[in-house]
Amino acid sequence: MNISFTRQTLANGLDVLLHEDHACPIVAVNVWYHVGSKNERPGHTGFAHLFEHLMFEGSEHHDKGYFQPLQGAGAALNGSTNADRTNYWEVVPTGALELALWMESDRMGFLLPALTQAKFANQRDVVLNERRQNYENRPYGLAPMALLAALFPDDHPYHWTTIGEIADLERVQLDEVHAFFRRYYHPANASIALAGDIDAGEALALVDQYFGEIDPGDDVEPVRASARLQRDVRIRFEDRVELPRLYLAWLTPAMFADGDADLDLATDLLANGKTSRLYRRLVFDERIATDVSASQNSREIAGYSQITATAAPGHTLAQLERAIFEEIARLAAEGPTDEEIERGRVQAEAQFMFRLQTVGGFGGKSDQLNAYNVFLQDPAYFDRDLARYQAVTKASLRAAVARFLDAARRVTLSIVPEGRPALAAADSAVAVVS
Amino acid sequence: MSARAVRAAKADRSRLPAPRPSRGLPFPAVEKSALPGGLRVWTVRHTQVPLVAFMLLVRRGAASDPAGRDGLAAVTADMLDEGSGTRSAIEIHEALARLGAQFDTDIGSDATVASVAVLSRFSQRALALLSDIVVRPALREEDFARVRQLRLHRLTQLRDMPTALADRAFLRLLYGAHPYGHSPIGSEATLAAMTIDDVRAFHARAIRPAVATLIAVGDCEHEDVVRLAGEAFGDWTGAPDPDATDSELPRQSAPVTVVPRPRAPQSELRIGHVAAARSTPDYHALVVANTILGGQFVSRINLNLREHKGLTYGARTSFEFRRLPGPFALQASVQTSGTAVAIRESIAEIAGIRGERPATPDELALGIAALTRGYARSFETSEQIGRAAMQLALYDLPDDYFQEFVPRIEAVTADDVSRVTARHLDPSRLLTVVVGDLDAIGADLAGIANAPPTVLPPESI
Repeated sequence: MNISFTRQTLANGLDVLLHEDHACPIVAVNVWYHVGSKNERPGHTGFAHLFEHLMFEGSEHHDKGYFQPLQGAGAALNGSTNADRTNYWEVVPTGALELALWMESDRMGFLLPALTQAKFANQRDVVLNERRQNYENRPYGLAPMALLAALFPDDHPYHWTTIGEIADLERVQLDEVHAFFRRYYHPANASIALAGDIDAGEALALVDQYFGEIDPGDDVEPVRASARLQRDVRIRFEDRVELPRLYLAWLTPAMFADGDADLDLATDLLANGKTSRLYRRLVFDERIATDVSASQNSREIAGYSQITATAAPGHTLAQLERAIFEEIARLAAEGPTDEEIERGRVQAEAQFMFRLQTVGGFGGKSDQLNAYNVFLQDPAYFDRDLARYQAVTKASLRAAVARFLDAARRVTLSIVPEGRPALAAADSAVAVVS
Repeated sequence: MSARAVRAAKADRSRLPAPRPSRGLPFPAVEKSALPGGLRVWTVRHTQVPLVAFMLLVRRGAASDPAGRDGLAAVTADMLDEGSGTRSAIEIHEALARLGAQFDTDIGSDATVASVAVLSRFSQRALALLSDIVVRPALREEDFARVRQLRLHRLTQLRDMPTALADRAFLRLLYGAHPYGHSPIGSEATLAAMTIDDVRAFHARAIRPAVATLIAVGDCEHEDVVRLAGEAFGDWTGAPDPDATDSELPRQSAPVTVVPRPRAPQSELRIGHVAAARSTPDYHALVVANTILGGQFVSRINLNLREHKGLTYGARTSFEFRRLPGPFALQASVQTSGTAVAIRESIAEIAGIRGERPATPDELALGIAALTRGYARSFETSEQIGRAAMQLALYDLPDDYFQEFVPRIEAVTADDVSRVTARHLDPSRLLTVVVGDLDAIGADLAGIANAPPTVLPPESI
């Protein structure tokens, strides 16, 4: 299942990953900058994401919209920002590869001369509207803000969400944007992957032609921070919702660290799909919840696991909390069944295949090569990544659950209908979220 | 900073490199057979990854909901994987999980789809399960009670979702009692009136092989799939009741309707009217027209509302081409203070493209290029190819439909765009639904139609 690729590093430090796949006459261009909301500081949040928007507004030699020439060439394109990285991608017909490289390299090397106050003000308005649409005006939409703020201390870079605080977004100035670009957007902090209908040698020459002339920039120091929960932090807030919802969250190992794959499978067998233990009990048998889900959210310098359940009418969050911890305790004591382990393994294998069906876009082979390269400096990690899941045993999964999904060290968040604070789990303090 | 390296060719940044022509991608051949019981079996070979995607399309959907039973087709689809024979719902899902299968059911106005994707070595077991699920669901009373209750809870929660409120209000105002006038989930009243006998009867009358197509895309051979399908679906026979027919649309209601959402930071907008069916001869020209108007990032409406005015995270338009005439709709979520401006601008853009601001040569060229040059992208994965094949099966499109798409789009002219937008878009019939803060926007909205907006309470939807 290995993905064949070559890696070259240009003289300016830019990593170039090349994967040939001639099935379809398309090429995925995928650029990662190793910068996300984790590189922001308190009072200056939302910056990495706002910056992603500005990357589509034109650069020195093409000082107008980024979309028009590429969409006219038949490309799909987009970008995204998370806590740890920002990515930009195009999937283009083979004949438009050079155009995509021209455009990507121009905004890597020559963005600032074109970055004006007017563009900046417009995109800040767009981002504030993105925030209203996806968080403020959406039921339970502010849950991530409350959870992250409670899990991670004020000065930890996972304390805030990628979309950022409204006040910070309103305060940000153009000169900060320029400084941010100079610090993080350069070859030494980037990795580009091309996957698809290319000749690796020709493609490398093109990448070198367009990106090789860009100054390398300064190395970026890794972000270091630590977090520790010492108790059950119980919080609540009221929202425009009909049914109360319970969120449980724990600090867990970082991406690729020991225990990460165990918790990934553990959260799946607890609450992913109709075969999961919590779905069976809460939704299917006892019918005290309308839905339940769980995930291990592994990030570069820390992770957190989360279980979410919505109370069915007539039932309480206390009932959900009790039942969920009974199931966690049972898993921590007895471990998973052979069948659950076998299911987890085959599902992991199938998920890998599903992810590698496309050359690019959000996900796909180019994005996965960049992920392994940026986080592990090892784009050949595919096999070992799958092996992490195949290596999970009943004992290792049980131990991870017992150690990390600890009832005494967690965040317990209740989101309840407006005017009904009594529906929150007991002893919850009011959380201020915005 | 290090010195710049010397390289063979230097980038020429004085102009953008013109794209070179790319080789086309012939749409892969669809091999077709039919089982004696009527089920059509289509396969497409696509061997990049050792996976197979199976999709079972049945040409009956929410438009076939009987009177007073809105939501029945969706409940029936939901009940398919709730057990089969003596197996419980959990046991069915355990069997799927042992294959690492991705299973899904999907319901639209015109069709119900059950799909399962697996590693190719599990094809036989996946087809046997798919047959158990679609042909022999248990349809037990106790499971029905639970599924219906979950759907009622879902409806409760949808009352707080501006997008769902807007969609449901918009459909009802556009279509009234027409088969397209309700969303597939139905309403509290119709779900409450439903019984397991309704579900059993619907399954018997609608989920029949005479209107079903099994599509397999992936690492598989046609003869093998036909043989395995014969083993799994061989005893499935019968034809369904006739399909839903067009019925009268409601009289035009007030041009602007508000569903109040006090203190909402944004207004959720839908603007449109009933437009064209999938069978319209204007299909390709309308696709081009929509791309220019609101179908891509650089469309007129998105550039206006997002990139020039900063009022929204994004705005788009679409024609929903269905078996019967489907809606044309503009959708956007705009900041509350910009609601009236956004509506005025949107209506002006819709009126403009069919009148005094016809598509320019540049816009036409860009729209056509965006649709044709990137066409190969749409057929990269098994699932994408399967969804394309489902379009052929659902709308009786000719086998060469995908081969002909690019030349037919390229043949669209500016006059075509003007003609079809004038024919299928009518500003005087546009209905606007706003889910938003009535106190903040009511006065502004009154100016749009020179009358106060109609108010539709969320609980009435």
